[in-house]
Amino acid sequence: MEDFYRELIIERYKDPHFRGVLDPNDISYEDDNPSCGDHIQIDVRLDEKGIVTEALFSGEGCAISQASADLLLESIIGKSVDDIKEISKEDILENLGIELGPVRLKCALLPLKVLKAGIYGINKTEESD
Amino acid sequence: MAAKITTGYDVNEVRQDFPILTREIRPGVLLTYLDSAATSQKPNAVIEAMSAYYQDTNANIHRGIHQLAEEATFAYENARERIAAFVNAPSSEELIFTRNTTESINLVAFTWGRTFLKAGDLILLTEMEHHSNLVPWQMLANELDLELEFIPVTPDGLLDLDIYKKQLKKEPKLLGITHMSNVLGTINPLEEILQDAKSAGAVTLVDGAQAVPHFHVDLSKLEADFYAFSAHKMCGPTGIGALFGRKELLEKMPPFLGGGEMIKRVELRSFKTNDIPHKFEAGTPAIAEAVGFGAAVDYLSDLGMDQIERHERSLTGYAIEKLSQISDLHILGPDIEEKGGVVAFYIKDIHAHDVAQILDSRGIAVRAGHHCAQPLHTKFNLPATSRASLYLYNTREEVDRLVDGIHRVKEIFA
Repeated sequence: MEDFYRELIIERYKDPHFRGVLDPNDISYEDDNPSCGDHIQIDVRLDEKGIVTEALFSGEGCAISQASADLLLESIIGKSVDDIKEISKEDILENLGIELGPVRLKCALLPLKVLKAGIYGINKTEESD
Repeated sequence: MAAKITTGYDVNEVRQDFPILTREIRPGVLLTYLDSAATSQKPNAVIEAMSAYYQDTNANIHRGIHQLAEEATFAYENARERIAAFVNAPSSEELIFTRNTTESINLVAFTWGRTFLKAGDLILLTEMEHHSNLVPWQMLANELDLELEFIPVTPDGLLDLDIYKKQLKKEPKLLGITHMSNVLGTINPLEEILQDAKSAGAVTLVDGAQAVPHFHVDLSKLEADFYAFSAHKMCGPTGIGALFGRKELLEKMPPFLGGGEMIKRVELRSFKTNDIPHKFEAGTPAIAEAVGFGAAVDYLSDLGMDQIERHERSLTGYAIEKLSQISDLHILGPDIEEKGGVVAFYIKDIHAHDVAQILDSRGIAVRAGHHCAQPLHTKFNLPATSRASLYLYNTREEVDRLVDGIHRVKEIFA
């Protein structure tokens, strides 16, 4: 079970590559995980074609949620908003390289939830999951 | 029994009463259960009492004339009497069965609060309350336009009683206060606090969820107007709790939920309420759970609340001593003199969830998060803490396992 704490996760938790705030931005959204107090904000900049040029996250949380956010943002640079909509729970777990129980799964998926809510927020015709 | 008292408290003997404590969490990994402030484990005496009730006695209570209904009614009402005696309530009709502490507090807010409070009235709470003693009052304040104030918590985790005395001059209508904090472990000096509230004309409600399981609570001496607690934190089942209320108040309060049992007579357009405590117990209650609750207070009485308190105090002292030797680890709350067996802590730069996760890999169950006391964590500027909570079955060896586990956490994050 200690395998949760793969080197990659500890490394990204201690030294994230995509931590910070973008102001101005094209997409900004924040949310909490009420069961544990994790809080994540994600800011994204898009070019005129809707391609992600920059993305940063801020907030507080456990190693799993923070590393998950960092790896997620790394994976979306150069992607379109439509590509981001296709990102699944499985993709996140594959990024992290671990399997999680229901409680910690929420930590791992919070960044994706925030990112998607932000994206669907600018395309209000479509429903968020 | 006499032998037990003279030979002291044998925790290993006590552990044999709890079947779950012998469970391996994963092959070869023993359970170290340090989460009793969330819910306690259950002794055989409670599990067997509930099972026996279903096997031999099960029927709906009151009104039935047949033998089983008589026996079930006796079992339910007799449990009420034993629980009332356990907290030395002046009478058992002042003890209402609810689902839990949360429902007990909501009952008071919905019935007493809605009837006797009006716009502009002040409710005084504390900054160390569990959400269950905050949110019902926030809801009521929104509905009736009430004011809320909070007795501040000092950096040491104590209530600031000088400020409290000033707040009383504003004549609050209600003081809602926890007996023991589920995060800081602080045991509030209630006798003095309630006396002052009473002199200022406030009705008092105490959240006793963390107190009644751990030391003797004497409701005849304390003089709280309302006192709420839950069975499941004191060796009893989930799904049942109690609200003690002073008779004069309960009789003036309207009923809580409507339905069977809470009425004396019903016509198509009107009803007459039943006497207390039944007035507040609409519908078929948790009968087997009441039986289990009764068995739990018998079990605690047999062990002796003084013995339990002494054991936990010694163990908490040991835990604080060992944990404080770990660098970068900080314990919340006051010193052992004013603290029960709740040790919430944080480790610099390591999130509480990660601590709990790594401890879990060693079979050690602690809680991580804000423990339903988010405003308190906000006050101390902590998103989350880890909490080890101790009970009558915990040992020094288990505390040692916790300490070893925390050292491993620090290695992983080093």
